[in-house]
Amino acid sequence: MAEIKDASEIPEVIDPKTDKVHTWPHLVRAEFICGLLIFMGLFVWSLLLDAPLEEPADPTKTPNPSKAPWYFLGLQEILVYFDPWMAGVVLPSLIIVGLMVIPYIDINPKGNGYYTWKERKFAVASFCFGFLILWVSLIIVGVFLRGPGWNFFAPWAEWDPHKVVALTNVDLNILVANLTGLDILRNSVAAAIFGTILVGAYYSLIPIYWMVKVKTSKTLQELGIVRYGITAFLFLTMMSLPIKMLLRWTLNIKYIVKFPWINLNI
Amino acid sequence: MKDKIQDIQETIVKSPVWKSVFRHGYADTPRNRILMIASNVFLHLHPSKLRRHGLTLRYTWCAGGLTFFFFLVTVVTGVLLMFYYRPVAEYAYNDMKYLQFDIPFGMVTRNMHRWAAHAMVIMVMLHMFRVFMTGSYKPPREFNWVVGVLLLTLTLLLSFTGYLLPWDQLSIWAVTVGTNMARSTPLMGSEGPLAEQVSKLTGLVTPRYDARSLLTAGTVVAAPTLLRFYVLHCIFIPIVAALLMIVHFWRVRKDGGISGPM
Repeated sequence: MAEIKDASEIPEVIDPKTDKVHTWPHLVRAEFICGLLIFMGLFVWSLLLDAPLEEPADPTKTPNPSKAPWYFLGLQEILVYFDPWMAGVVLPSLIIVGLMVIPYIDINPKGNGYYTWKERKFAVASFCFGFLILWVSLIIVGVFLRGPGWNFFAPWAEWDPHKVVALTNVDLNILVANLTGLDILRNSVAAAIFGTILVGAYYSLIPIYWMVKVKTSKTLQELGIVRYGITAFLFLTMMSLPIKMLLRWTLNIKYIVKFPWINLNI
Repeated sequence: MKDKIQDIQETIVKSPVWKSVFRHGYADTPRNRILMIASNVFLHLHPSKLRRHGLTLRYTWCAGGLTFFFFLVTVVTGVLLMFYYRPVAEYAYNDMKYLQFDIPFGMVTRNMHRWAAHAMVIMVMLHMFRVFMTGSYKPPREFNWVVGVLLLTLTLLLSFTGYLLPWDQLSIWAVTVGTNMARSTPLMGSEGPLAEQVSKLTGLVTPRYDARSLLTAGTVVAAPTLLRFYVLHCIFIPIVAALLMIVHFWRVRKDGGISGPM
């Protein structure tokens, strides 16, 4: 090891908590340069690329497809799998509320102020799944892969407004009746009870998991039953979308449960 | 000659008028660096000192700052556009054409407004993603995350209400698709679950008066919708968003500045 002759040669230990700099000039300079570059980029972009302006508004001429603004196309894509009251009202509201409660249900003190995967695996995994897979990638599908009749088109394929797509979707109660011969499920009251039991069973995973795990899991004990309940409800509701998508792609399921009397179908 | 210039400079800098505007010298001293921030209302959004770690682009992505930057761009260009645009169904589309072809720099102003608005939506999503990934919503910043989610929602609503204003086919049908959703609101939308029952009981939820018509000011997207969206877009949502931004920025400072390893 080399000999240290002078105190100035001793490497300084930098503590990120106390290593402070003056805002002027360090931060203000960075902001100014960043703002300038982005402004130039935006200006050149705006010189080269015109904002769209189509034909004048005509309420008698419905374009096919009619698409919402791009940032809502993830929600419009959910309309394929859920009725509008879910896709357009309940799920968006739950997204907003669910995001707002995150700081209050995530009581893990680790990973505050730095990137980490190991210290908060569940939080990072479920947020990335919701944001990157369910929000961003569904937007990409809605923008680039949906054409007339909200049918699926490859980006290079020509949009054929007369594309014929067989409507083979069936409700779950009918599918089960066909498979098992339980014809009582064709009755709408029996079907509603059958579907309610299924949805209830799905959400009853919440108390079941709690009861099985709470004695051995320190995480659950610290979380407490209220925070756990909210977390689990939001998580299962989020997962209902990929589940419904899989059911549609594999079994052509339309509805799991139907209450035709109050216009409520899931 | 050089002395004369210096004399003049000194006279100006020492005059009561100059001193009433600038409270401190420009010499690069630690004191002046702090006063530069502390005595300026706009720069005062910042603390006078910050952790070096807060400057790293890899950590912040500059996403929150750029969201605000794009908001400012849309405010400036939006005010310019308002000089030439009338939110009346008969005029709106023609005003757009006039703006694009006859007004000097009209097209580029509109383009900047449009692209900055889209960029703001992208940046605000990235900002939320970054803040989540760094766990910056954890104590003591829980409430500021809530304010941030509200600002995210308002950003989407700002963009959505602006989408209608060109009054072209793209606008009215995108807004028709969007607002049609509200028709299915449980209890409060005319085609939503339980709406029939509520309507029978109270006579309140009808296609003319339900959650959707509250947005569209009628049963279809038409002239009253345009005016409603215009007012929401230019006045109501920007004011609410600006108020929440004040809270958001203030809380960043009050909660200990930009987050970082504790």
